[in-house]
Amino acid sequence: MTTVEMPPARSVPEHTGSRLTRALGGAVLVTWTLWLLWGLVLSPADVVQHESVRLFYLHVPMAIMSSVTFSITLIGSIMVLRNGSVFWDLMAGVAAEIGVMFLGLVIATGAVWGKPTWGTYWEWDPRLTTAALMFLVYLGYLVIRRLDMDPVVRARRAAVFGIVAFINVPLTRFSVQIWNSLHQETTISLTDTQMDGAQLTSYALGMLAMATFLAWLLVHRFRVAWLEHAMDESGLEKLIRDRRAEGAANEPGGVR
Amino acid sequence: MFWGYVIAGYGIAAVVLGTYVVSTLRRGRTLSRQLDPEQRRFLDD
Repeated sequence: MTTVEMPPARSVPEHTGSRLTRALGGAVLVTWTLWLLWGLVLSPADVVQHESVRLFYLHVPMAIMSSVTFSITLIGSIMVLRNGSVFWDLMAGVAAEIGVMFLGLVIATGAVWGKPTWGTYWEWDPRLTTAALMFLVYLGYLVIRRLDMDPVVRARRAAVFGIVAFINVPLTRFSVQIWNSLHQETTISLTDTQMDGAQLTSYALGMLAMATFLAWLLVHRFRVAWLEHAMDESGLEKLIRDRRAEGAANEPGGVR
Repeated sequence: MFWGYVIAGYGIAAVVLGTYVVSTLRRGRTLSRQLDPEQRRFLDD
């Protein structure tokens, strides 16, 4: 008689890491090292902006990543209205949260960059004003997601808000073309690039570093949201079980 | 003079991003410990 050995039960880690996040984390370390090396050490100072040009390699990639996250919120919101997907509801929420953080940093680093470039931290300029408005609108979206109400109704209301809020993204993006603005127009596009050499490399590395970081962070934050959702669900199930047991105990002839 | 602004910009970003990352990872660990293993499996585990 042969003995069949059962494979050991796989332990489930007590964190949100996995092979995917470890691979993404490795990519983040490599790209951030290269980005900071080029952006802060190897690339030369600009003729006009001097050393402050180095803020470009941080400010612009974060601005683009915030637009990416708000696009994810838009897609997630559409999916929620189409099929009530919990996955997309959570994804829309975490993307907006990360987007608000990135946008807040874009406004803050823009103010720091504005002082040596324009001589002021803040100006009610079309680009700055629309960015500030977008920040407040998505903060409102996050507030809606935290309202104490039926989760299905809340998800649908947040989804409608998430779709309407997206109008801010193209409005901010094209504000410098629509209105006269202190803010410079697009420096780099697919058809026209006003940088080259080490400056362009620093910017490209900044984009790569922020994109890998966003992917890594989005996976971790989504998993936290998924765990929070599971926690709420298990709490609700326990409450229903307790209520049923209580009801059964109160019935005539029930267990007391 | 210009380096001060560069350090301030990168410093603000490092503090905010670092704080957010640490709080996210810690929250993930705390919640994972409170849930059953089958409730905290992810697609690529």
